[in-house]
Amino acid sequence: MTDTHDIDAHRDTRAWHVASGVVDPELPVVTIEDLGILRDVTEDDQGRVHVQVTPTYSGCPAMETIRTDLIDALTAEGYRHVTVEFVLSPPWSTDQITARGRARLEEYGVAPPPTEEERRRAPVGLTLSVRCPQCGSPDTRESSRFGSTACKSLWVCRRCREPFDHFKVL
Amino acid sequence: MSTPRPSSSPPLRSSDEQARRDPALTGSHVDYVLGLADDALVSAQRMGWWISRAPQLEEDLALANIGLDLLGQARSLLSHAGEIEGAGRDEDDLAYWRDERDFRNVKLVERPQEDFGVAMARLLVLSTWQSELYAALQRSTDPTLAAIAAKAAKEVAYHHDHARQWVLRLGDGTEESHARMQAALDAEWPWVEELFDESHLDPALVADGVAVAPSSLREPVLRRLEDVVRAATLAVPDVPPRVPGGRAGLHTEHLGRMLAEMQHLTRSHPGATW
Repeated sequence: MTDTHDIDAHRDTRAWHVASGVVDPELPVVTIEDLGILRDVTEDDQGRVHVQVTPTYSGCPAMETIRTDLIDALTAEGYRHVTVEFVLSPPWSTDQITARGRARLEEYGVAPPPTEEERRRAPVGLTLSVRCPQCGSPDTRESSRFGSTACKSLWVCRRCREPFDHFKVL
Repeated sequence: MSTPRPSSSPPLRSSDEQARRDPALTGSHVDYVLGLADDALVSAQRMGWWISRAPQLEEDLALANIGLDLLGQARSLLSHAGEIEGAGRDEDDLAYWRDERDFRNVKLVERPQEDFGVAMARLLVLSTWQSELYAALQRSTDPTLAAIAAKAAKEVAYHHDHARQWVLRLGDGTEESHARMQAALDAEWPWVEELFDESHLDPALVADGVAVAPSSLREPVLRRLEDVVRAATLAVPDVPPRVPGGRAGLHTEHLGRMLAEMQHLTRSHPGATW
């Protein structure tokens, strides 16, 4: 079992490598590792693999697909016993999206959430502007706090007039 | 050893030790978690009514997402209730195969909400209560319940913000929107008090640190609600509370009809998957 929780040590394994390549079904430019929702992958001496993932939002409908994709990816690499567990604690936060994940989201046209560092540096009481992923302008406005999926809000750029998605802070 | 596939329903981390104690307390524990699960499940189903009916596309997406969050919370809570019960019932068994008298939700959430003002007034009440509840429940001695609460608290903050914005905009809007928002508050207010009722809660659960005493949430919830109502230039309704009973399975006539629709497909085609 995974009680030791020495997760960093598990990141060098072949099973982690395979699992970390699974992409998010709704945002196929980022992997589940990029999003920070892949928590742990352990392999015992019998070759059995146990994967722990955490949902972004409680109701995220992509979780079942991610489970199936994990089993398919690991099975294709020869692992015959694969279990996937959903864990809730500690709760996922947008701060767990990796730097690579943030860059890939932006390239794809989804403005990433401000980092913990950016939020800390912002003057108290000020909301950080979201930069348009199309033209880079900070002159944007939120048109709806709820977007096409639970994790995104809808924004419009005042400069290039294009609408875009923003991965909202959670 | 030829079947490497795991079971199809998502196993949440169980707390087996919770199940090995006084059976009466275990029953109370199940009922407590079911109450919170059913509040979320029934609210999600009612919120779903708005999909394709909201006043604008952005609102349609917002209400659908809020409903989805609530459904996700309900799934985690139902799965957990099933684990504590230890009778082999999973989230689907609990959602689709219990009858009206076995539902433990408060009556606030079960009535139709086919008026936008009512939907926002109710979401304001529900999200204010849930945010206070989940903030406190993060310290529950039931680790799974604490984890679900920590997750849900962040989602509910967005719901509260959404409802608050609408109540402010409609209350402090036109004469027409003001009157309709006030009417909506007046309609929801009699059902608020049931949230703080503890006549159907085993005090041992509170003493054990599993449950949050509903009465302890009364003051902070009402204060936050009244602040929003006043800021929206509306009046805090002065209405007598309705009789509680939802936590004991005594519901209004609306729940049975809602469940008939919600459960119909599963019951007509037991075991069907697609």
